[in-house]
Amino acid sequence: MGAATLLEIHDVRRTFPKPGGDQLLVLDGVDLSLREGEIVGLLGRSGSGKSTLLRLIAGLAKPQGGTLTYLGRAIDGPAGGVAMVFQSFALFPWLTVLENVEIGLEALHLPEKEIRTRALAAIDLIGLDGYESAYPRELSGGMRQRVGFARALVVHPNILLMDEPFSALDVLTAENLRTDFIDLWLDKKLPIKGVLLVTHNIEEAVQMCDRVLLFSTNPGRVVTEIKIDTPRPRERTDPAFEDYVDRIYVEMTARRVERVPRQAPTAGVNLYAPLTHVSSSLIAGLIEAVAAAPYNGKADLPDIASDLQLEIDELFPVAEALQLLRLGDVEGGDIKLTHMGKRFADADNNERKEIFSRALMSYVPLAGHIRRVLDERTNHAAPRRRFIDELEDHMTEEASQETLRAVVSWARFAELFSYDKESETFSLENPT
Amino acid sequence: MRILPPVSVEARRLLPSVWDLLAAVLVLGFIVLFASASQAVIQPLASLTQQPISLDPSALPGYALRTGLRMLVALGFSLIFTFTYATWAAKSRRAGTLLVPLLDILQSIPILGFLSVTLVFFLSLAPGRILGAEFAAIFLIFTSQAWNMAFSFYQSLRTVPTELSEAGRVFGLNGWARFWRIEVPFGMPQLIWNMMMSMSGAWFMLVVSEAFTVGNTSITLPGIGSYIAAAIAARSLRAIMWAILAMLVVILIFDQLLFRPLVAWADRFRIDADTNDNDEAAESWALKMFRRSKLMDAIGLPFDALMHWTYRLTPPEQGSSATRPSLVPPWFANAVWYACLSLLVAYVLWRVANFAAIPLGSGEILDVFLRGFATLARVIVLIALASLIWTPIGIHVGLRPHLTKIVQPVAQFLAAFPANLLFPIAVSLIAMWRLNSNIWLSPLMVLGTQWYILFNVIAGASALPHELRDASDNFQIKGWLWWRKVALPAVFPFYVTGAITASGGSWNAAIVAEIVEWGHTTLRAYGLGSYIQDATTAGDFRKIVLGIAVMSFFVVVVNRLFWRPLYWYAERKFRLG
Repeated sequence: MGAATLLEIHDVRRTFPKPGGDQLLVLDGVDLSLREGEIVGLLGRSGSGKSTLLRLIAGLAKPQGGTLTYLGRAIDGPAGGVAMVFQSFALFPWLTVLENVEIGLEALHLPEKEIRTRALAAIDLIGLDGYESAYPRELSGGMRQRVGFARALVVHPNILLMDEPFSALDVLTAENLRTDFIDLWLDKKLPIKGVLLVTHNIEEAVQMCDRVLLFSTNPGRVVTEIKIDTPRPRERTDPAFEDYVDRIYVEMTARRVERVPRQAPTAGVNLYAPLTHVSSSLIAGLIEAVAAAPYNGKADLPDIASDLQLEIDELFPVAEALQLLRLGDVEGGDIKLTHMGKRFADADNNERKEIFSRALMSYVPLAGHIRRVLDERTNHAAPRRRFIDELEDHMTEEASQETLRAVVSWARFAELFSYDKESETFSLENPT
Repeated sequence: MRILPPVSVEARRLLPSVWDLLAAVLVLGFIVLFASASQAVIQPLASLTQQPISLDPSALPGYALRTGLRMLVALGFSLIFTFTYATWAAKSRRAGTLLVPLLDILQSIPILGFLSVTLVFFLSLAPGRILGAEFAAIFLIFTSQAWNMAFSFYQSLRTVPTELSEAGRVFGLNGWARFWRIEVPFGMPQLIWNMMMSMSGAWFMLVVSEAFTVGNTSITLPGIGSYIAAAIAARSLRAIMWAILAMLVVILIFDQLLFRPLVAWADRFRIDADTNDNDEAAESWALKMFRRSKLMDAIGLPFDALMHWTYRLTPPEQGSSATRPSLVPPWFANAVWYACLSLLVAYVLWRVANFAAIPLGSGEILDVFLRGFATLARVIVLIALASLIWTPIGIHVGLRPHLTKIVQPVAQFLAAFPANLLFPIAVSLIAMWRLNSNIWLSPLMVLGTQWYILFNVIAGASALPHELRDASDNFQIKGWLWWRKVALPAVFPFYVTGAITASGGSWNAAIVAEIVEWGHTTLRAYGLGSYIQDATTAGDFRKIVLGIAVMSFFVVVVNRLFWRPLYWYAERKFRLG
């Protein structure tokens, strides 16, 4: 591909200071490039730092290390020629549609007449005719995001940055807006040279992008690149499309879920492994779905995700929890229930609590640890600080809080111990 | 595997914790302080004149205690008033039509107006005892606290989400239980914020409510307010400094022991809050103490039980108890209600005219109106100036969280700062440069109230969503364009709320800002505030009534014609989300 390079990112690092004084590493060693005529997708779970990367490219924040160059010049501050479309639209509620579109041009100090003609042209292009004098609050979500697109396109940027622009919309509206955008792009009607799309929706990435970059979490970095070569417009039912989706699923589960250990840990090991909070009803729900027909205990992750209408963001943590508790097993883009998982699916509520409680005691060392501490104490109670301090020696403040939250919620379901939020104490007492 | 053997309760209760100890000390201390203070108030009234206010700083802790207790008692009455008056206004559409505007008017009446007409009544409650004067002082503090609390609770009651009250109905909670378990918790966060504002208002009027003269009756109750009054009379800057220090300490104590725990506690009632465990919610050591201490549990338990018992007093409302058929058709009841109201209004107008307007004559009335316009001009100019100064500063601060953390509490303290404390500075400056007191006394009017503009603008700027800030950066909206299209519109609804509070408060502050004393020097400005103040000192009831009526008229008219339309415009056009 001989096209000119619009954007070049090399070895970018970004940390955030934590209240405790540590630094949270959000991006580490990120490399990517965007060439003219490309739509590149950044695919990863939320919290993987994709949006942070986008803010760095837009010049809204600065990296701690590495280089970002736009058309050969280093990025230091918001640059002309890079426009952004936001997840929650970010329209100014007190400005009309027309004023919202015009504001970017006003900042460029263009003559009034040119501002008006260009704004009207953008509104026309994006299908907002007749809405010029409406206020954003009068519009549906889809129409609002169209304003967001018009506002970004009207400044004729070289690069369009899109931060999950369809994720706040319902499925139908999102699909409609996506196809409209792709049509305009293919017809070369859009005054832009390249697009960087952040998303956590695998199908969206396959549908829109020329290249998809998979993003890992903690810290965020690009782990794989997948080229999507099928011609557009792409149909979801096309086998080639489904192959791409499957491939991405396999890649992502290989990197995420399958890392969760499968062997029983020896005592003391993994006590301080960070956990992600997943509600017990989601866990039970996934087990039931996989156990039921047509899956009967083994399911393809993309299939079950679309069946349950879960985004990978929502599905992966649940699958991980299943794996962790040995209720399920994830491999090669499939999820399979273990023996215990199948028993859980058939059990009534009391038996489920029992199975869950045993799984917690065996495979989540922290839960067993808390239970033992409570058993040993004469008053069978312990303050939260006792455990949070212990965890914070081994992980960030945020991770310890999340870990404890997960354990509390699971232990509540299993009736392993209880936790009173107001006095911040763990105890073996149940309200009677 | 049956989990969780119930743990022996006694084993937990045996060991008192540090928190228990701390709580016990606080409770005991409070009881002792209360007892010694109540001993003082049954002394004969004459003992007040035998023991004039001492400017010795060692007397200040005692004075601070009396002042603090008065404020607490008044706050208690304000709460009772809020729960009854606001509830009545919200529950009965018919009563609401009268009670809500009435609250508007009550809020517009300056504190001296309440003083002059009620003093005799309160003194007669406990003849010859200090208690009567204490009643009067507490009532005055109450009048500077109650109205905005009632307003806030009324508004909360009107906006209880329907599904919450419907849930209450479905589960058969009766009206009493619904009130305490749904409506009060829902209104609590807002109410607590208004209680804090009320406290500031009470501090601002403190001197007036503790040391007052109506005609021949002069009363000086021991307290920080009287101490300030005495310091002013004696021209003692040192004593003024001590008073400021004492005030600061009392405000801090209230903050730590009362408001901060309340705010942290009320956090759970915030309906918009997400249920995150690791929140950065308000923290309070005092609340922690109350929660961890078994003593507090023991004290709270009987009250809890009592409340639960009251819920069961009336049978649960089951089935369709939506509307009981009334004896008379609604149009008839309405007609009777409005007829009664009209008669009442006509009668009151006639009495007022007979009492004040006719004997005083049209010349006097015209003069009072002119004074009203003079004060109005001051309020307008000063609110405009305060807006010009504090809006940009508030936006600047609100966009920077670390600055907000510093500025908010400072502004809160300044809002509580009684204007009287600045009298020495005002008098010396005006005397030094021979300034016109008609102009240069005016800044005292917005001294306490301008901070409401600052508070609200800061709140507005910090509520600006991050994505909007990113969008304006991304599209390089800078300079004047940024102020015009982004910052000012974003804070506008917040600004209007602040400006309404500030403007109303400034009218009330006119009575302390238009007559300024320092020792024997008295400066006065032509206006409605000085008119009411003079009339009160002279005990001329006709003039007091006329002055109050005109002031209320001005405040209500300005609110209805200017602020209310502006408020709704701002809500419609500029409110986010």
